[in-house]
Amino acid sequence: MTTTLAPELNIARPAFEDAAASASATVATAPALLVEHVTKRFRPDRRKAPVLAIADVSLRLERGSIHGVLGANGSGKSTLIRLVSGLLTLDEGRVEVFGLDIERDELAVKRLINRVSVDAAFFKKLSPMENLLFAARLYGLEAEASRRAATRILGRLGIAQSRLGRPIEQMSRGMQQKVAIARALLTSPTLLLLDEPTTGLDPRSKLEVQAFIEEVNAMHDATIVLTTHDLAEAERLCDRITLLRGGRVVAEGTTPELKRLVAERYGQPETLEAVFMTFTGRSLDDDVEEDGETDD
Amino acid sequence: MALITSELKASYAFVERNFFLTRRYWGWELAFLVYSVAGALSISLIGAAAGDDRLLLTLIIGAVFWNYLSVVFSWIADTISVERWEGTLEYTFMAPVRRWTQLLGSCLYAMAYGLVHTAAMLLVLLVFFPQLRPESMNLLTAAGFVLLGSFSFVGIGMMAAILPLLYVERGAQMTFVIQSCLLLVSGVYYPVSVLPGWMQVLSHLSPATYVLAGVRAGLLDGTPVTGLWGDVLPLIAMGIVLIPAGLWAFGRAERYAKRTGKLKRVG
Repeated sequence: MTTTLAPELNIARPAFEDAAASASATVATAPALLVEHVTKRFRPDRRKAPVLAIADVSLRLERGSIHGVLGANGSGKSTLIRLVSGLLTLDEGRVEVFGLDIERDELAVKRLINRVSVDAAFFKKLSPMENLLFAARLYGLEAEASRRAATRILGRLGIAQSRLGRPIEQMSRGMQQKVAIARALLTSPTLLLLDEPTTGLDPRSKLEVQAFIEEVNAMHDATIVLTTHDLAEAERLCDRITLLRGGRVVAEGTTPELKRLVAERYGQPETLEAVFMTFTGRSLDDDVEEDGETDD
Repeated sequence: MALITSELKASYAFVERNFFLTRRYWGWELAFLVYSVAGALSISLIGAAAGDDRLLLTLIIGAVFWNYLSVVFSWIADTISVERWEGTLEYTFMAPVRRWTQLLGSCLYAMAYGLVHTAAMLLVLLVFFPQLRPESMNLLTAAGFVLLGSFSFVGIGMMAAILPLLYVERGAQMTFVIQSCLLLVSGVYYPVSVLPGWMQVLSHLSPATYVLAGVRAGLLDGTPVTGLWGDVLPLIAMGIVLIPAGLWAFGRAERYAKRTGKLKRVG
């Protein structure tokens, strides 16, 4: 038996076993993402003290929302995404995805989420279709249905069918990033983690991807966590925004709430850039200059 | 049953992906095959030059069957390092796939690839040395030892595969050193009795030693498997111990990598 979670894209999902069945029951009522008092430290060297990457962070995302996470480089955005993805273990606290604990119900959670990171990582000699087919099989999708869905999604993102069989290394950075987005969407994630997905894209591609994110959110009921350095993108897409500084949450609210806060409390202009600079304690230019030198 | 079916399907993802990779890198695959055949011929010709058919066959067996075992080992040991190289490791580890499923897929492809690669080599060698008479050989014994040896090498390969998880930059180099040490102590081209005493002790820990001894007994002397329990039992024991040990060690290494953030780094 298969159920179609994304009818417009015609992406078929297999009927998973008991864990998924109980997951779907929980999905209906629980928040899409619950992060409670999460802390993560790294010890880069045994002789050095641990570095606090995430400190007592709590978040609650309701189903269907787009939640922005903003902060300077090194503020912990990507670490937070990796913790939610199950790619890092938690030192303290807990994370639930639609009521499922990410450690206890690891496989069931993995079926519900997918992620796009700033670097479009692929087997570069393989074609977009071969890469996507591999991803689809890992998520238990049927090959033929996945081929059709991949063609449709990539077409929607402006990648012609004639490009799908050529090695991905022959594609531009922007096109590779679109394929990365298609890979994530192919599995119909109900929680989509987008870690700077439009970084490096030209303005047209950026707008296409942003429109597609809105479409996925609106039509497929996907909850989205978005980290970005593009404040206009955050303003356009996000229902709520969390600002991180030094791994801690320093502000959270809707864009109008945050703008009003900096205007009333700090006498700053009522802009998202002023919000960013007020709460991260640095200018946007500093952040952009450091982009690529450090990693979150 | 549904669980097993879905896991086998996910395993096939790795088989298919590795096949795609082999197909894309066909030029390198061909070059690697030519190099392997040339190497095996060069070594075998030492036996031909000595005018000793038994030595010739001993060397051919060493070259051909070591090729199979090392190919299997390399594919499995590179399970992680290839993904680290491409930067896809985090995506694969995020997928709803059990680790044994991933390793099973890698092992199945490694064995299939190894068989095809080695069969091509063997064919060339048989054409090159027509004096060899396969009809006098016990091919069943050879096949049995290759199968048994594969399980042990899968276990060792799994343990070697964790090194790139633990050591981002040096892990792949370490697996290469392990492979080199196995070549040295396993009596691939010479009897282990010529090794220094301490190396002979190590040779008993290498499954390749028993595989090569068994294959040689089968192909040189026509000995059936039932006459070679001294080599069969250690291989069975190693397979039983090494595969679960490899899976356990892999799980521990994954946990460590997730705790320390080592999945993220690209090699």
